[in-house]
Amino acid sequence: MKGFASIAWREVRMAWTGGGLWLPIVFYLAVATLFPFVTGPDKALLARVGGSILWIAALLASLLPIERLVLPDHQAGVLDQLTLRGWADEWIAAAKIAGHIIGFGIPLILATPVAIALLGVPDAKAAALLIGLAIALPAFAGLGVTIAALTAGLNGASALGGLLLVPLAIPILIFGAGTLGDSANNALQLLAATSLAMTALSPFAAGAALRAARD
Amino acid sequence: MPHSQAASPSIALHRVAIIRGSRVILRDFDLEVESGELIWVRGANGSGKSTLFRALSGLLQVASGEVSINGAIALCDDNLALDLDQPLEKAIRFWTDLDGIKPAKLEAALEILDLIGLADLPVRLLSAGQKRRGALARLLASDVPIWLLDEPYNGLDQANVARLDAALSRHTEKGGIALVASHIAPTVNVTRSLVIDRPKAELAA
Repeated sequence: MKGFASIAWREVRMAWTGGGLWLPIVFYLAVATLFPFVTGPDKALLARVGGSILWIAALLASLLPIERLVLPDHQAGVLDQLTLRGWADEWIAAAKIAGHIIGFGIPLILATPVAIALLGVPDAKAAALLIGLAIALPAFAGLGVTIAALTAGLNGASALGGLLLVPLAIPILIFGAGTLGDSANNALQLLAATSLAMTALSPFAAGAALRAARD
Repeated sequence: MPHSQAASPSIALHRVAIIRGSRVILRDFDLEVESGELIWVRGANGSGKSTLFRALSGLLQVASGEVSINGAIALCDDNLALDLDQPLEKAIRFWTDLDGIKPAKLEAALEILDLIGLADLPVRLLSAGQKRRGALARLLASDVPIWLLDEPYNGLDQANVARLDAALSRHTEKGGIALVASHIAPTVNVTRSLVIDRPKAELAA
């Protein structure tokens, strides 16, 4: 699968060169920086809700790259040329998702310790947050590519992307925030199951959307 | 996924209809193309030349009729599919690597279209004609037997029109097929010309 790797690597390169890397990460860290300003420097409060805030920040940050995931390739004929070369839409979608996990997910995980320090999240919760985000980010990537493929046929519909992704990501958000609470183990299992299902199904959903957008 | 070179490429369409949206683009359309033929596809703007190419490429489903195609297809249309931020050669290399083509073949194709001097320039800095030549170089480097060229002369200067025509005639002499949709005639041995005439404002039943 040399071709798969080079399609996925192209996604990573485009994420990291087009300014696409910094925008979501800066956004993510900006939320962590700004939140204490509006709540006041109440250490106990920040320790309690800081982790949940970062879950929301991660979800919203994952909305930012949606516009560039599929639409430019759709318009430039890249998807046509891949299809001509016999690539199934599902494989193209899977390569894009894999590239997006590396291009967006990994930098976000790397930025999380900084965000944790900014909000003063306690160590016990910090570990759960890192593990939870690492489990959830493939699902965010899968959802992002799926939404991007769905809206690629509708020019200039990137605003729609946010509207569509947020409700779909609610289960992830609920279980993810649950891992920071009292029944952390149960929530972690549910989070892993939900993320696995979403990640596994998203190449098929995104592939179908790419096919529909092709006419 | 390298292309498999069919022994003798051919295209056969029988009573094909293509519907886009609710518009009938082509109906009862027959076409037979044999190895070594160069077809000039003509027709007014919007008559369905590009749609025909997309259907031949399998990018569009035909509504009815039989399509049988032997041999891999390469399409070169207005969507050049070259990454704008990349140097020209690297942008093309992405595709030739996917096709399993040796860099030496790409070098040769760049040479033919006089692109060696531009190989290190980012695609976004190139002119329309230079970008077009980049997309054509990708086609020349591939060993695909069926070429579909949609307005390939757009933006090309005289010298490059001649280079492309020479490449077309080499391709067909080797047994390849080329369909060229253009408003100007290729200057080489066109086997025949095909006029596409769209059924007027017909709605799909």
